[in-house]
Amino acid sequence: MIGSTNTDVGRSRWLRSWGYHAEYYAQTWRGSVASSVLFPILYLAALGIGVGHLVAHHHGVVDGQTYLHYIAPSLLATTTMQLGEGESLWPVLACVKWIRTYHAAATTPLEPDDILFGKLAWVATRAFVTAVLYTAIIACFGAIQSWWSLTLPFIGTLVTLAFSAPLVAYAARSQSDASFTTLYRFAFVPMFLFSATFYPLSEYPGYLRPVVQFFPLYHGVALARAAAFGQGSLVPQLGHVAVLVAMAVLGVMWGRRTMRRRLTD
Amino acid sequence: MTGTHVLEAHQLVKRFGEFEAVKGIDVEIDRGESFGFLGPNGAGKTSTMRMISAVSQPSGGTISIFGLDPRTHGPEIRSRLGVVPQEDSLELELSVRHNLEMFGRYFDLSRRVVRERATELLEFTQLTERANDKVDNLSGGMKRRLTIARGLMNRPEILILDEPTTGLDPQARHLLWDRLYRLKREGVTLIITTHYMDEAEQLCDRLVVMDQGSIVAEGAPRTLIEQFSTREVVELRFTTDDHEEYFDRLAPFAERVEVLPDRVLLYVNNGDDTLRDVHAAHITPTSALVRRSSLEDVFLHLTGRTLTE
Repeated sequence: MIGSTNTDVGRSRWLRSWGYHAEYYAQTWRGSVASSVLFPILYLAALGIGVGHLVAHHHGVVDGQTYLHYIAPSLLATTTMQLGEGESLWPVLACVKWIRTYHAAATTPLEPDDILFGKLAWVATRAFVTAVLYTAIIACFGAIQSWWSLTLPFIGTLVTLAFSAPLVAYAARSQSDASFTTLYRFAFVPMFLFSATFYPLSEYPGYLRPVVQFFPLYHGVALARAAAFGQGSLVPQLGHVAVLVAMAVLGVMWGRRTMRRRLTD
Repeated sequence: MTGTHVLEAHQLVKRFGEFEAVKGIDVEIDRGESFGFLGPNGAGKTSTMRMISAVSQPSGGTISIFGLDPRTHGPEIRSRLGVVPQEDSLELELSVRHNLEMFGRYFDLSRRVVRERATELLEFTQLTERANDKVDNLSGGMKRRLTIARGLMNRPEILILDEPTTGLDPQARHLLWDRLYRLKREGVTLIITTHYMDEAEQLCDRLVVMDQGSIVAEGAPRTLIEQFSTREVVELRFTTDDHEEYFDRLAPFAERVEVLPDRVLLYVNNGDDTLRDVHAAHITPTSALVRRSSLEDVFLHLTGRTLTE
């Protein structure tokens, strides 16, 4: 492994990569703000208020919550998932293939690991900020009912990393973006719709429930909901956390390999 | 550090699966020297450059840069190198100035220092007026100059340039060469790959000729030409589908004859005399040109192929 001895002293190298992303964002953020904050609010308004009325007429409440309150935390999970997806496929392929800015970074003191960790740290930073904003917004809608809600920004960040880490790894070894659209069509969109996002697991037919529970997003949704309402016992929540942490950790391990191969071969 | 060598490579090998891109080359480069790797596309130049930039791992052999081993001191070595890769790899959405400043921060330079150096290097590469433009709007030559400026942000002791002028028009090339001369005068060691023999002759004190992953010759451009070619070359074109048919008739007039698809080259000491003899023998080419031997001829002699084939 190149560079196990760090004789290039000063600010940690992964932090320089983080700083580069932050600076880049500071120059170009205007286009992306709408999608990260506005869209979830639109969803919340359209579904929470619109469908919420309908639900109120027929059932009154879902799992003891108004429909608006019921879906608010799950939209936090889907928003942070989408952030992880959006930041990790095309942007990374551009950096390793189309524009090759990661190759340029690899000629500086930075190691492939530094480039990877800086990238993930930056995505996590954005996720955290987004999740804080989003938590504040749903608090305004009254969907925050427990001190556990303070963990929502961390849950959001964890969801982002659980998706971002493996997707960065995957993009770093891709030669084209042909498979990315397929991923969206056949994995991300179904996951968004069917992770107990819009109605409880109990509404799914029995044979589909294991499938839903297999979706990584399901664990994020369940966790966010439990935190917002302060409901459910601790053990299942730890299980959800474990699934998401495992995805992130495996993603990082995979990414270290693919990034090194891509940049140093 | 051994002697004055800033870079030493021995039996350097790069393999990609079954394919051996670099087949055990030896190179020693002195401080302040401008050193070239000349060869056609696919000769293994870029693979070599990536290894001596301490970016890619050799599959075999050893490298020492500044007396350090890239396997253990990669970051430290790279902090003292500047690299101008074949593709510009600039941030197209950002301004010219931001490209430099942000890249400089990779070397942990302070904001004040990157600002100063960016200003200085924009001046040096004649991009000051475009400082606030988006890179996307620059011409090819300007992007290339910006990439060179970027490679100089850390004030490198060695600047490594991979095909610095490929795709540029003559004017842009000359401007770029001029900047490289200045760097050389300031004592920067230059390592350049190129498949342009005129570039190699212009810029390099010493070079190696690479072909199919191996070094086939090494020396100063003039020495190589003297060693492997004659003083002058007569280029003759005929109205024919196959220039080969003239080989036998022309062979007596030259030390050596090379037949290319579109012309015949006669290697001689005095081109004008030879041309006169050829005409006297009633051989009438449609066009004739006498020129001095170049590295192109050296390459042709050593490999039987042209550089741009």
